[in-house]
Amino acid sequence: MSQKNRIDGGLIDRQSTLNFTFDDHHYTGFKGDTLASALLANNITLVGRSFKYHRPRGILTSGSSEPNALVELIKGSTKEPNSRATTIKLFDELKAKSQNCWPSLKYDVQSINDCFAPFLTAGFYYKTFMWPKSFWEKVYEPLIRRAAGLGELVSLPDPDHYDRGYRHCDLLIIGAGAAGLMAGLVAGRQGLNIIIAEEDFLFGGRLLGENEEINGMHCHDWIENVVNELKAMPHVRLMAKTAVFGVFDQQTYYALERFTDQIDTIGPRQIIWEINSKHVILASGATERHIAFGNNDRPGVMLASAMRDYTNRFAVRPASRVAVFTNNDSGWLTARDLDKKGIEVTAIIDVRSEYEHQKIAKKYPNIPVYSQDQIIKVHGYNRVKAITLLNGAKIHVDGIAVSGGWNPSIHLTCQHRQRPTWNDAISGFVANEASLPSGMKVAGAAKGTYTTKMVLQDGLNQANIVLSELGHASSKMHTPSANDDTYHGKTFWSVKETKQRAWIDFQNDVTTKDIRLAVQEGFYSVEHVKRYTTLGMATDQGKTSSVIGIGIIAETMNKSIQETGTTIFRAPYVPIAIGALGGPHSGKHFRPTRETPSHQFARENNAKFVETGAWLRSQYFPDKNESHWRESVNREVLGTRNNVGVTDVSTLGKIDVQGKDAAAFLDKVYCNTISTLNMQRCRYGIMLREDGIVMDDGTVAHIANNHFIVTTTTANAVQVYRHMEFCRQCLWPEMDVALISITEQWAQYAIAGPKSRHLLEKIIDNDHDISNTHFPYMACDEISICNGIRARLFRLSFSGEMAYELAVPARYGDALIRHIHEIGKTFNLTPYGTEALGVMRIEKGHAAGNELNGQTTAGDLGLGKMVSKKKDSIGNVLSEREGLTDPMRLVLVGVMPCDSKHKITSGSHIFANNLACIPDNDLGYISSMAYSPMLNSYIGLAMLRNGTDRFGEKLRAVNLLQNQDIAIKITSPHFYDPKGERLRG
Amino acid sequence: MKINHPLLGPRNESEFTILGDAKLLNRPNILESNQAQAFYEYLYLRDNPIGMHRELWFHEQGDRSWLIVTRNTLTHEISKVELAANVVNKEGQAK
Repeated sequence: MSQKNRIDGGLIDRQSTLNFTFDDHHYTGFKGDTLASALLANNITLVGRSFKYHRPRGILTSGSSEPNALVELIKGSTKEPNSRATTIKLFDELKAKSQNCWPSLKYDVQSINDCFAPFLTAGFYYKTFMWPKSFWEKVYEPLIRRAAGLGELVSLPDPDHYDRGYRHCDLLIIGAGAAGLMAGLVAGRQGLNIIIAEEDFLFGGRLLGENEEINGMHCHDWIENVVNELKAMPHVRLMAKTAVFGVFDQQTYYALERFTDQIDTIGPRQIIWEINSKHVILASGATERHIAFGNNDRPGVMLASAMRDYTNRFAVRPASRVAVFTNNDSGWLTARDLDKKGIEVTAIIDVRSEYEHQKIAKKYPNIPVYSQDQIIKVHGYNRVKAITLLNGAKIHVDGIAVSGGWNPSIHLTCQHRQRPTWNDAISGFVANEASLPSGMKVAGAAKGTYTTKMVLQDGLNQANIVLSELGHASSKMHTPSANDDTYHGKTFWSVKETKQRAWIDFQNDVTTKDIRLAVQEGFYSVEHVKRYTTLGMATDQGKTSSVIGIGIIAETMNKSIQETGTTIFRAPYVPIAIGALGGPHSGKHFRPTRETPSHQFARENNAKFVETGAWLRSQYFPDKNESHWRESVNREVLGTRNNVGVTDVSTLGKIDVQGKDAAAFLDKVYCNTISTLNMQRCRYGIMLREDGIVMDDGTVAHIANNHFIVTTTTANAVQVYRHMEFCRQCLWPEMDVALISITEQWAQYAIAGPKSRHLLEKIIDNDHDISNTHFPYMACDEISICNGIRARLFRLSFSGEMAYELAVPARYGDALIRHIHEIGKTFNLTPYGTEALGVMRIEKGHAAGNELNGQTTAGDLGLGKMVSKKKDSIGNVLSEREGLTDPMRLVLVGVMPCDSKHKITSGSHIFANNLACIPDNDLGYISSMAYSPMLNSYIGLAMLRNGTDRFGEKLRAVNLLQNQDIAIKITSPHFYDPKGERLRG
Repeated sequence: MKINHPLLGPRNESEFTILGDAKLLNRPNILESNQAQAFYEYLYLRDNPIGMHRELWFHEQGDRSWLIVTRNTLTHEISKVELAANVVNKEGQAK
C-alpha cells in the first residue's frame, strides 16, 4: 500500500508525486518530503545498522543532527555514502540504499557483534590488539579495516562539479527560524543588505514543525508572509540549503550551499561561499537531545520534536501508538500535536514530579500521565513493541517520543576556542557572551530563549542593535503576538535502573556503561573520554549525544557540568565533501596551464610535451619513422650540432631592470660584478641566497643605458623576482631602480648551431651587422626583424654551439617560429625540445636545476671565483662559512661508464671499489645523466667528494634500488668542446 | 584573513605570500666587524612569537609591494599594515 502513514495537512505538495527506491523497492513521496519523511510515510522505520554492533536503527531526528538514518545515495555509477535521510530533499528517481549491513538490512551477519558486546567496550581496540606485535600489520589492521567504516566509497572520479563564490553584506543572519526571520524582517525594512542562510530547504526553522499561532495566524502562514516580503526586497538574499559551517578570521564566514544536490546535473552540485559581513546574528536555534534508557536505540524511538516535525510539517504518522518520555515541557507539545492529528498517545512519562510539571499538565487532561516515572526498557527488535516503566507497568506502543531537553546550537560561537557556559535554568550550554567572535550576536533559541514570543522579540532586539551600530534608525516594529508559555525542564541524562545497555551516541554505539567504564579506568578529561569511547566522533559529531555524555561524566565523577566542560569545537559544523572544498580547482583546473608562444606550432609538428611547473614545453619532436624517443633526441642534437636547431626558451624568467642605480643594484643581488659590464654585452651571473648557497643562475644583458634584462631559470622565475623585489624594497629602497617581470611579454627562441648566423641574417633587418667582429659571443642589442618588427638579440649559448637568442614581443612569437622554420628549410633546421637541450647542456657541463639544488655553493659548481670579494652582495659573507668552504665538499665532475654500453642512472651513489655501499663510504651522487650522441656513450654530471682531484679515477656508480653497480670513470664535466671554440666561432 | 593594503585597501590573504619576521629588514652593514656573527644572527635568529608580530608579506598576486604587517599570530588580528620601503626609508633617515 502506498504511503499508508500519510495524514492530512503539512507543507507538502500532494500534486507532485515523486518516485524513489530504497534498497531496490519502489516507493512514492511528495514534493516537500525529505527521504526520511517519505520512508516513514511508507511505513519504513528500519533504515540502517549501527557502526560497531550492527544494531537495527531507525530515524531519530528530522534534521542535520541525525545519527542513525545514513544511506548511500546512488546516481549513475557513483554513490555518496553517509547521506542523512533527514536532510535529503526528496526528488524524482532518487535511489538510496541502506548501509553497514550484509546480506540485507533485516538479516545482517555482523549483528552477531552485538552478542560480543561485553568484549567490545570502551577502548576495545586499545586493549585487544596490543599483542603480539607482529600481528598488527598482517592480521589486525586488515581485519579492522574491513569491519570499520560506514558506507563504501567508489574509486571512480567524482562526476559532479563544485564551485566557490564570494559574497558581502551588512548583516549575515544564520538560521531562518523565528528569530532569524524576525531579525531579517526588521533589518530588511530598514534597508540593510542582508544574507539569510538557512540549512533547510524551507525557511521557518522550528516553526515548520509546530502548530501554533503568530499574530493571530497559523505559524506556517506567518512564515509564508515574512518570506514573501523578504523575497521582494532587492537588498535581501535568502539562501536556502545553505549551512554556515565555519567562522574564520576578520568576520569571514564559510557556508556550504547544496545547490543542485542530486536533483539534476545543471550547475554545480555544491558551492562553498565565503561570506564577508561585519555583523552577524546567529539564530541557529537549538537541537533536542534524547535520554539514555534500556534499548533506547530501537527503531521507533524518536526525538519528540522530530515527531512533531513529521506530523505537522510532513503530514506523516510516525507511529500509531506513542508514548512520550520527557524531562521538560516541550515533550508535552508532541503529545498535544499527535493527539490533534488523531494519533494515539498512550502515556506521557515525565521524570519530573507532578508539582514540577503541573503548569503544562493542566492543558492536557485526556492523556495518561506517569509522573516521576521513567522507561527502563524497550521491547522489540526491529521495531519498538512495548515499554516497561520504573513502576513496573508494561505499555504496548510502536513509537516513543523522547525529549531530554535542548542544546542551543552554539557551535559557531566557539570555533575560536571559546568555552561555552552551562546554564542550569535551561539545562544546556550557552555561548559566553563576553567572548563571541567579533561582530556576532546570538538570538533566540541559540542562546536558550525558548518561548516563541521571546524568540521573536530577541530577533527584533538584536536586529535593532545592529541597525544602531551601523548608524541606521531603529525599527518601530512591535513583537508579534505569539505563544509565551514559560519553558521548564529538569536536568536528567539516563535511567540508572536500566539493566539493558542505554545508548548515548547512536552512530558510534557508545552507551552509558562505556562512559562510566572510561571514567573508572581513569579517563577524567572530557577530551580523553571522547577519544577513548569515540563519543561524538562519528559523522554527526555528537550533535545529539555529546552533552548527554558530558552529563554522565559529571554525574559519575561527582563534578558540576561546568567543571567537566565541553570538548573543543572546530569547523566544519556540517560534513563537507572534499570535492566541495576543492571547488572548481580539480584535475586540469587545479592550476592554469602555461603554453609557450610556439605551442601551436609545436603541436602541429607532432611535439611531445612535458610539464615544467605550470608550463608545457616541447620535449622532443618525433619523426614519423622514429619509434623511440631517444632516436628523436639524438637526431635533434646532431642536427643542431651539425647544422642549426631552434628551441623555445620563452619560459626562462625574464626581468627588466631599469634605473640610475640598476647596475649597482645588480651588484648587490649577483655574487659576481655586473657594474663593469659594457653596454650591448651579456654576462653569466649567479645569485646566492643570504646563507651562501646558490639560489639561481642566468644571464644579465646590458641592453641600453641604465637598462638591463636578466634571465632566471624556468623553475625559479617567481622566487627570483620576489627576492629581487625584497632586495629593492626592503634592503635598498633608496636605490633608483625599478623591476618588472617580462617573462610573458617576450617570446624568445634559441637558434643554435654552425649555421645559426646564416639563418639569422635572413631574418633580421639589413642594417644590423651580426658578423663575429661586430656581434661576438656575449653581445646583445635591440634590433628589428622582418622589416621593422622590434626585437632583441642576445648571443648566448647553452648548447655550446654558436648560438643566438632572438626575442620578440609575445604576440609575434607564433609568426616568428613559423618564419624561422620556413627560412630554416634551406639550412636543414631542426626544431628541438627540452630533452635535446638537456643532452647538450650535460655535454657542455653546464649546471642546471639538478645541480642548483639548494645544497651547492658556487665553489661546488666550479664557479667559486665568481663570488667577488670586492663588494657587498647577498650571500657573500655567509658563503665563507667554514662548512661551505670545506675542501672535502662535493663538487661538480663528469662521469662516464667504463664500458660505453652501460647505462648510468641519476641518483646513483658513488663508491670506491672494494668498499661497502654504506653511508660512511659514500663519495657523492650522479645528479644528471644523458646519452650523448657526440660521444656515443652515456655521460653524467655528479657531485663528488673532492672531485676535482679525482679526474681519471675509476669508481662505482651504485643504485641499490635498481640493483646497479657500474664501473665509472671521473672526468671533467666539460665533455664536449671544452675550450669553447665552437660557441665563439 | 584580509590584509588592509595601504595603497589598495583590504585584499584577500590568498594574494600574498609571507616571509616571516620583519627583522629581515635589518641586514647587517657589510663593514661591521664580526660580520659572520652579525649575518648569522640576522638570518637564523628570528622571532616567532605567540601574539603581536611584525611580519613581511609580499603582494605577489597584486601590486608586488612588500608590506610590514603587524599581526597577532594567535587571533590573526591585524593592527597595522605599512609599505616596507616607507618604513626602511624612514628608519634610514632616523639613523
